[in-house]
Amino acid sequence: MTPLSGAARPEALEGAAKFTVRDLDFYYGDFHALTGMNIDVRENSVTAFIGPSGCGKSTFLRCLNRMNDLIPGTRIDGTITLDGEDIYGPGVDPVDLRRRVGMIFQQPNPFPMSIYDNVAFGPRLHGIKKKEELDQIVEQALMRANLWKEVKDIMERGGLTLSGGQQQRLCIARVLAVQPDVLLMDEPCSAIDPTSVQKVEDLMAELKSSVTIIIVTHNMQQAARVSDETAFFLQERQGEPAELIEFGRTAEIFTSPHDRRTEDYITGRFG
Amino acid sequence: MGKRWANRIALGVLWLCGITTVLVLGAVILYVFVRGIGQITPEFILTRPYGVNAEGGIGPTIVATIYVTGLAMLITTPIAVLAAVYLAEYAVQGRLVNAIRFAADTLASVPSIVMGLFGFAFFVEAMGLGFSVLSGALALSFLMLPIVMRATEEAIRAVPRFIRWGSYGLGASKWQTVSRIVLPSALPRILTGLILAMGRAVGETAVVIFTMGQAINMPFTPLDSGRSMTVHLYTLAMEGINMDAAYGTALLLMVMILFFNLSARWLTARNRKVKE
Ligand SMILES: Nc1ncnc2c1ncn2[C@@H]1O[C@H](COP(=O)(O)OP(=O)(O)OP(=O)(O)O)[C@@H](O)[C@H]1O
Ligand SMILES: [Mg+2]
Repeated sequence: MTPLSGAARPEALEGAAKFTVRDLDFYYGDFHALTGMNIDVRENSVTAFIGPSGCGKSTFLRCLNRMNDLIPGTRIDGTITLDGEDIYGPGVDPVDLRRRVGMIFQQPNPFPMSIYDNVAFGPRLHGIKKKEELDQIVEQALMRANLWKEVKDIMERGGLTLSGGQQQRLCIARVLAVQPDVLLMDEPCSAIDPTSVQKVEDLMAELKSSVTIIIVTHNMQQAARVSDETAFFLQERQGEPAELIEFGRTAEIFTSPHDRRTEDYITGRFG
Repeated sequence: MGKRWANRIALGVLWLCGITTVLVLGAVILYVFVRGIGQITPEFILTRPYGVNAEGGIGPTIVATIYVTGLAMLITTPIAVLAAVYLAEYAVQGRLVNAIRFAADTLASVPSIVMGLFGFAFFVEAMGLGFSVLSGALALSFLMLPIVMRATEEAIRAVPRFIRWGSYGLGASKWQTVSRIVLPSALPRILTGLILAMGRAVGETAVVIFTMGQAINMPFTPLDSGRSMTVHLYTLAMEGINMDAAYGTALLLMVMILFFNLSARWLTARNRKVKE
């Protein structure tokens, strides 16, 4: 096995663990999707999840904000802690958790309402009603999402009238408006134009001083560019659960991976 | 050669079958239009019938029809929408849900004369509501309920999973997601279902004849009785009292129902445009 099969945490990196995952197994009904996952996600850094299609990256991501709870028949074993607190423990409300752990999806999914209302949706849910306060939150969120300049004069237009890349940044602004500690991004750039990809990568670099980011990507160059640490997932045989093969500093994973399978995957994808 | 001809013939037959639908609709509308248009005057629409031959207008029957349909809609909408929300979002999918769905589908296929009979026994007699707009509306709502419920359930299911997840991802509760995101997104399709159900109710005869009565009243309170346009049309034509007025009534009915169907189409089209 790899040196990382126990508690997977690269020694060289400093900083507190935001998420700590121990012995995680996950099931969709009878289908055992993930097994034996151990990982520490460091606070205020960018962690990339890579691996072939169907190896459970999205599934794992959805464990971290309990989005899988919404899929009937799913089951989880093991523990996940956020800031030391078990997120599957009794007394944890998944609704509160999801506010702290925001999520961005592959397909931009603005609500069928105005740009302003999209961003104000979260704050309003949590009881903010005053116009000035909302205005300020919306403006700040849009600025952090690198979208403010493009939309500041068209706030009342429908969110769905924006281009795909703008829609994705709108969704990022919408999540930032509820002040999450963590941002889960599931292939956020695979359905948008190159200029927007650039802007999303820029904003990730800006955000990471205040937000812990986990990004799933099929683009190795992107993983290498944006992330501090990288985790490689693999489902070795059809029907078997996926495993976490290797986890470490991005520079190391890409230049001198410990595991043969990691190397094969990365060189294959780069080639 | 042979292949090409077979292809052409098949295409021709398909085209003919398709066009038949349009022709049938056109023929019905044209016939009713030609026979009825001479009747349509402001007087016909506004005044009440008089004399043994039911001369004059059909005003009270129009009012009774709109009244009973509107009331039926008010009764149906909340029940049907909430039931659909329960089915689509909350109920654990299983036997009970299947039973509810089966019941709704069967309810939709109960012959309307049977529904009328039931409405008479239950609302008019047992509950003592008498022949009244209220009895009629309650009985009609049984007819509309499955249509609106099915349409709403499908509309809710058609809201993409990703949009819901966007809402849950912001820390919205289930009810917040359903009421602020899912229902507004589904609204155009729900309205389409409602409009189609109203068209159905406007054209219904058997149910209202048993529950609202046949007296030519201008109904005022929900407990007044009244005669719907369809019942009026039926009586005029079956007893050969006044065929011209019958065709005039038929034309007005067609116009109303066509209006409902066209609004439903318009809503669907507009909705599609917004999505794109
Ligand atoms: N809702 C679900 N119900 C049952 N099985 C599922 C469900 N979602 C995913 N799976 C299965 O779980 C496994 C992991 O899927 P997942 O979507 O997490 O992979 P992924 O790594 O994100 O793939 P991709 O790179 O294509 O997005 C797959 O075999 C998939 O078929
Ligand atoms: Mg995925």
